[in-house]
Amino acid sequence: MSVFSSASSSPVSLPIRRSSPFDPPAEYRCLREEEPVSRLAFPDGKVGWLLTRHQDVRALLADDRFSSDRRRVSSPVRRFPIRPDTPAVRAGSLIGMDPPEHTRYRRMLTRYFTVRRMRELAPRIEQVVSEHLDAMERTGPPADLVPAFARPIPSLVICELLGVPYKDKVTFQRCTSTMLRLDASEDAISAARDELWQYMLDLVAAKRQHPDDALLGSLIQTEETALTDERLAGIGQLLLAAGHETTANMLALGTFALLSHPDQLRALREQADLADSAVEELLRYLTIVQFGTVRVAREDVDFAGRRIHAGETVVASLAAADRDPVHFPEPDDLDLARPVSQHVAFGHGIHQCLGQQLARVEMKVAYGDLFRRFPRLRLAVRPDEVPMRDDMFIYGVHHLPVAW
Amino acid sequence: MKIQVDPDRCRGAGQCALTAPELFDQSDDDGTVVVLDERPPPDLQEQARRAAVLCPNSVIRILEEAPD
Repeated sequence: MSVFSSASSSPVSLPIRRSSPFDPPAEYRCLREEEPVSRLAFPDGKVGWLLTRHQDVRALLADDRFSSDRRRVSSPVRRFPIRPDTPAVRAGSLIGMDPPEHTRYRRMLTRYFTVRRMRELAPRIEQVVSEHLDAMERTGPPADLVPAFARPIPSLVICELLGVPYKDKVTFQRCTSTMLRLDASEDAISAARDELWQYMLDLVAAKRQHPDDALLGSLIQTEETALTDERLAGIGQLLLAAGHETTANMLALGTFALLSHPDQLRALREQADLADSAVEELLRYLTIVQFGTVRVAREDVDFAGRRIHAGETVVASLAAADRDPVHFPEPDDLDLARPVSQHVAFGHGIHQCLGQQLARVEMKVAYGDLFRRFPRLRLAVRPDEVPMRDDMFIYGVHHLPVAW
Repeated sequence: MKIQVDPDRCRGAGQCALTAPELFDQSDDDGTVVVLDERPPPDLQEQARRAAVLCPNSVIRILEEAPD
């Protein structure tokens, strides 16, 4: 699928194959050293740019000469646009907005995801984690950590936070999973998107009848003059997908990484004060938004020695940036004691992940409680038998068979 | 040391409140930064610097030699 040439300026294309489960493709290292702002060929036939240095990725994501408008960017891994150009689909999806529209949505939503509020959720998260560990203990060993632990915990938590009935998980998990598959056809994606969209519209209509105190119900009661059903559904759809597809993969892939680095796992078990830095280091080391994040130039921009023309798409490789040796000494080592230092696993700039404080609490509780409950947790298959999510927008494992 | 913030630039990522909870909080209205102590005592000054470095929107400025 990929074409790569380190010596010439002929464009690279994504995805590039990984040669090891935890490391980004080795070609990123060559690009970072030899052509850090390199030409990138998109599947839709256009040519843009790929950034692989930490400093450039951060500079791009903080630069308001670049737009997040998803109607104008090319997808690095698909032939068709990331979002169709329809107002309904775009409503409320703040990830594809620019200021001042983005600012209004962000300000409205951030209060539900503050550090303080997420810490207040910790006891409930501990309870959810504990219930899933109990169930694993009852039915195993062995167990597949993905459906038994990694997927249901963040899914249940984001459902409660938003006010989405968890019993509907089969529907929304199937839809978001299709939407994030690289090889899904345009028809399959658009059918999944329509189904999820209708589900959210129906849910919003139900909330208008019987508003509750969760996020969507609360928005209806406090912001009702400004928010149409379409905007509420768009917010709900984005937060639901972001809330259960990301942390789920960090939990399973992070566990696989810890099991593959027994010295680091031992340190985490023995030193309680590593719990916070371990989460940051796993975020950096694994950087699961594997193809990075995209922007489009609003005007011609001289950027890191190259001229980026108006309308060109720029891909910021978060995974490459988080392995930049200029910023992270020995970047390919998993070092849970590494001082916290500006990783871009959650992005950077105004779009930096809204739910990052929720993700941190979930990871800290889940990794800690998992290894306390099952101190002898181990893989139940060979490491090379673990099916990796090379075929998904969000990296991780499809399954993680474990025993204890 | 004195901490200055530009709340207009803030998008409420919460890195400051996470890194230096005794110095920063987030507003209940819109999640933007609230400074709890703009003149941090010596034992919290390193946290203040780290919060400024980690802020994704360069909201926080640290004036190392601010006059009283």
